[in-house]
Amino acid sequence: MNKVTAITSILLAGILTNNMVLSKFLGICPFLGVSKKVKTALSMSVAVTLVMVIATAVTWPIDTYVLKEDYNYLQTVVFILVIAAIVQLIEIVLKKYIPPIYKALGIYLPLITTNCAVLGITLINVRDGLDFVSSLFNALAAGLGFMLAMILFAGVREKLETADIPEFLKGLPITLIAAALVSLSFLGFAGIGG
Amino acid sequence: MNKNLKIFTNGIITENPTLRLVLGTCPTLAVTTSAKNGIGMGLAATVVLVCSNAVISLLRKVIPDKVRIPAFITIIAGFVSVVQMFVKAFAPSIDKSLGIFLPLIVVNCIILARAEMFASKNSLVPSVLDGLGMGIGFTCTLTLMGIIRELLGAGTIGAGFFDKCIDMANHLTPMVIFLLPPGGFFVFGMLVALSNAIAKKNGKKTVDRIGCENCPSRAVCDRANCENEEVAVNE
Repeated sequence: MNKVTAITSILLAGILTNNMVLSKFLGICPFLGVSKKVKTALSMSVAVTLVMVIATAVTWPIDTYVLKEDYNYLQTVVFILVIAAIVQLIEIVLKKYIPPIYKALGIYLPLITTNCAVLGITLINVRDGLDFVSSLFNALAAGLGFMLAMILFAGVREKLETADIPEFLKGLPITLIAAALVSLSFLGFAGIGG
Repeated sequence: MNKNLKIFTNGIITENPTLRLVLGTCPTLAVTTSAKNGIGMGLAATVVLVCSNAVISLLRKVIPDKVRIPAFITIIAGFVSVVQMFVKAFAPSIDKSLGIFLPLIVVNCIILARAEMFASKNSLVPSVLDGLGMGIGFTCTLTLMGIIRELLGAGTIGAGFFDKCIDMANHLTPMVIFLLPPGGFFVFGMLVALSNAIAKKNGKKTVDRIGCENCPSRAVCDRANCENEEVAVNE
């Protein structure tokens, strides 16, 4: 029972209170770049979630059993290379065995290597000293939080296209201000999940 | 010489990485809660940028085209680890406040974009100057944002930087919202609007979306956006 409560709290915190994009500022590029349509936003965030969970499943054991305390200055180098390799592998495996998924997500995968959200979550997991299962759920929660933020924001941006915007705010400034308002609304979740 | 000077100032004003190229948005928004953090982040990124530009420019004829991105990332990651150890040893308070964003310099698009756009095509001296200019431009914008957010959000200027920081709290009620995430988005939005207004006055083109033109993964994003449009038409 205790385990269930702990995992629920990780999920709630990751999706709402400590939202990846809106409160930790990770993955801003796809958040602002690939969020013009709800559908694109959805595929992108599914791909990110998938990579986040798999990357955590691989980097956590490497950090705990290989790098340990002695070599943790190698974390950054090792993690980024592992993530780059994983993304390539996922691409190959999906292409060979699950072509429909590859067709839907394949084009987003190369983007993800240099996405700070993925490297970010793997580093957060080992820095916070979470155990393996909690790490996986934390990665899942971060991915779902990213998805929620992307979809909400894509909705806002679809409306923005027809809105009457002051001349000097047109383009990127209004997008950032809209993001500020969405992020403001997420402050309302503060305190939930811990 | 004049040409080199131009490359150097290019990064500071004309192509300011944060306001004009709109790259490296994540650290820009995340760490600028005080001027001190802004300077710390900016300098750390500058060191990595100069070193990686130098090495990549020297190796530009050796690295095969197909594996250039992984090779660049490895070089950058090496320098980031060095900087990380230095900061941990000599400025532990900055290490603590930058937290995860210090290792995340590896995936900072400014550095990869400059490697891809400039260092892999130019010789050593211009590449180093380009890295230095871009780094200083990044540092200046981050510091400016840090000053604004710190002043409005905490009512101080340069806390933790000077021994006795200037406290404005008596004259102005601090608005904590500026230290929170929404304040980051808002201040950055306003700065981009300001830089757009200045650009327009000088007959330069304004920035209307995030730095896709200068992003190494631009082709992929464009394909993603395009493909969905095609799907929408087919439906």
